[in-house]
Amino acid sequence: MTDHAATVPDRPAFAGTGLHTSDAAVRRLRARYAANRRLQAMGIGAISLALGLLGILLITMVSAGWTAFFQTYVTVEVDLAPEALGLEPGTTEPEAIRRGDFREVLIDSVAARLTGVDDATARRALRDMLAAAAPITLRNMVMDNPALLGQTIEFRALASDRVDQVYKGLIDRELVEDRRTISDQQLRFYDQMVEQDIIAAPFNWRFFSTADSRTPESAGIWGALVGSFYALSVCFLISFPMAIAAAIYLEEFAPKNRWTDLIEVNINNLAAVPSIVFGLLGLAVFIQFFGLPRSAPLVGGMVLALMTLPTIVIAARAALKAVPPSIREGALGMGASKHQTILHHVLPLAMPGILTGTIIGLAQALGETAPLLMIGMNAFITQAPDSITSPATALPTQIYIWADHPERGFVAKTSAGIMVLLGFLIVMNGMAIWLRKKFERRW
Amino acid sequence: MHGGAFMSAGTLGLIIMLLAVSSFFYGRRRAVVAADHSGARLHSVPSYYGFYVAIWCGIPAIILILGWLALDDIIIRGLVLAGLPDSMVDGRSPAEIDLLMATIRNAAAGIMFGEPPPEVMAAADHLQRLQALSRMAMTVVILSLAIGGITYARSRISPAFRARIKVEGAMQIFLIICSVIAILTTIGIVASLLFESMRFFARVPVTEFLFGMTWSPQTAIREDQVGSSGAFGAVPVFAGTLLISAVALVIAVPIGLLTAVYLAEYADGRVRAVIKPIIEVLAGIPTVVYGFFAVLTVAPAMRAWGADIGLDVSANSALAAGAVMGLMIIPFVSSLSDDVINAVPQSLRDGSAALGATRAETVKQVILPAALPGIVGGVLLATSRAIGETMIVVMAAGLIANLTANPLEGVTTVTVQIVTLLIGDTAFDSAKTLAAFALGLVLFFVTLCLNIIALRIVQKYREKYD
Repeated sequence: MTDHAATVPDRPAFAGTGLHTSDAAVRRLRARYAANRRLQAMGIGAISLALGLLGILLITMVSAGWTAFFQTYVTVEVDLAPEALGLEPGTTEPEAIRRGDFREVLIDSVAARLTGVDDATARRALRDMLAAAAPITLRNMVMDNPALLGQTIEFRALASDRVDQVYKGLIDRELVEDRRTISDQQLRFYDQMVEQDIIAAPFNWRFFSTADSRTPESAGIWGALVGSFYALSVCFLISFPMAIAAAIYLEEFAPKNRWTDLIEVNINNLAAVPSIVFGLLGLAVFIQFFGLPRSAPLVGGMVLALMTLPTIVIAARAALKAVPPSIREGALGMGASKHQTILHHVLPLAMPGILTGTIIGLAQALGETAPLLMIGMNAFITQAPDSITSPATALPTQIYIWADHPERGFVAKTSAGIMVLLGFLIVMNGMAIWLRKKFERRW
Repeated sequence: MHGGAFMSAGTLGLIIMLLAVSSFFYGRRRAVVAADHSGARLHSVPSYYGFYVAIWCGIPAIILILGWLALDDIIIRGLVLAGLPDSMVDGRSPAEIDLLMATIRNAAAGIMFGEPPPEVMAAADHLQRLQALSRMAMTVVILSLAIGGITYARSRISPAFRARIKVEGAMQIFLIICSVIAILTTIGIVASLLFESMRFFARVPVTEFLFGMTWSPQTAIREDQVGSSGAFGAVPVFAGTLLISAVALVIAVPIGLLTAVYLAEYADGRVRAVIKPIIEVLAGIPTVVYGFFAVLTVAPAMRAWGADIGLDVSANSALAAGAVMGLMIIPFVSSLSDDVINAVPQSLRDGSAALGATRAETVKQVILPAALPGIVGGVLLATSRAIGETMIVVMAAGLIANLTANPLEGVTTVTVQIVTLLIGDTAFDSAKTLAAFALGLVLFFVTLCLNIIALRIVQKYREKYD
């Protein structure tokens, strides 16, 4: 970098010394300096624009998504008398309890706290203020612990999305009734709940423990997290050893000839093939030809492994190349075979670099969506997968599914999912940077 | 059904692993004992004898398990179909046979819709028997293979046996196989795309696909349906892809280039060290996030601005999708341009300064012309990235093929069509699904050419100044 024109005086220092002193010359010089300042300003402008847009993106996601980390609940006392539930007194059989009418009992308990629930319409309005999942949670509680029958317990009932939206101030209450999702009657009930302090929005643990759902208030990200974990594990188990082996061969053993040139060009080109093409490969070969199950993290992981392989190979080759020849010569001089030299001395020294590349490759794989869509990992699945062959979604495909839902509540869920995904990416890239800093060495 | 078969293969694999680990210790022990007995020195370190036995135990068995899993389904399917009465199979289309097979599988798994015909029940029975037989045979064959391997390897162990050479030979083969995987992947991509595209071009002529002007891939479900015979002229799809990529480049190239010029020529080291990684964050954000950003923020904002100045901006306009895609590819342009600008020799800058040029004049008249080939390479790479980008356009661009050059309207792209044609469709014999592979072939080819040209240009340029 040179220092010329670092300072731009208004009137050049040599003005008036006899050379180039005409007004026209000074004007020309000023114009040239102004052009220089303009280019600099445009550069700053371009950077600010790019950073500003990045900032807007992140702020949008956080401001749209943070509410999803809290969920509204209505806390009421529920009298679990077997008669009210329509159960035989003294029953402890889970299958019998399953048939109990928990929904009506739950609505009764909420209605008891409110005034104005006196006809079927009001009851229906009240029912729609609670999530469909609330009575099921209550039922499962009782099925797990039949001793609760006959007791009066304090129960935290999940509120439905519309109540959640009102509680978080996301619905404009001043709107005309038929332009908002919550009715005037429901708002009156809601105000009573607020007055009696039985409604609250604690941290949404449920979001991190359930899978997808049709209703935004019950949808969670756990299923997608497990699916992504399985797919990334498969991806790692396949790509990590294979990439190291390929890098060792290409860097340490391969003769320089057409064949190895071809492999090299191939690896570089694979790194730039659009991800959706890998999805087509997975669909045609793994699913159609080999008959592996659709929507399974196994196939997702295999496709992602093919995609990350070039990234890790390139990083591993660079890391192997950085180990100085003196290490190899020393080991060979002590009588080690070539394989022993590489496995015992070169590879351990190259490992931090290889791990850094691997983590970066896996972080890319974690955010990859298109190939997973191709192999069907965008199905509607309400349970976390229990093996690598059961149908699952992954974090990015779950985000894609939610982004497609029209309900307001899913906008927050989508943004929250994006925050979780970005959080994982930050952690993984942070780990890679830390590894690089900690083990970086100059020979 | 699948789950069960995999579970048993999984347990079997685990048993083989355990067997291989214990055979390692067994082999090592044997070698030491053999050396003690004969008093001769071992040729290799004892562990190599262990590895030798473990390799013979594990590798053939694992390969056979994988082969078995890949093929048993196909063979069993063939046998079940052969066992069916001819009247049920003859003259059926592959799709009908798939459906029949699915019914049989469901019946075997106990899922039945209505009362299946007795032939199906018999076939389901047949299927179950074959599957049980296959699983049992696999267990027996593989365990005996592993034990046979151990026995053979053990019989070879003697102090003179050159175990290290053998083990290293096996490892060498493994290394070569792994480095060939990259080539196999490329072959797999090309072969699968070509194969499915051929089937597509057997129904739709290549010329119609490449030069036809209407794209409406919805084929009729029933033959007597009207109006949806399907048209596969891909020109509007290609045009839409180019339009969105052009919008992206119009945004990314100036911003990326100015960023690179500023960072390389004006900014001091500390500013550069902070700004450069932050700009590169843009390339690390998953594209599904950009897609959601486009839908949630950019498209409505553009619609609102358009309405303010009296323009009718479509909800899924090429402008919104292209703008967000441009944001994503800024780092591709800026990083590569930054590299090539830095590679311009300092002597050129000094020479220019000595002639009295300002910094801007040096940039415009010396550095950019010298760096131009590299910058063009970077822009080509960014273009290939934009053409192959999927999620942003799937979420923010349109579905309807619309031949227009107006970025305010909605257009569709190659990647959008691939996704919409294939999502939720498992039948592999309609022109509709096969069309996705033809589009994929075009996409693969175009991006490959762009990448090769770009890498060539960048490489040539590097050589010039090295």
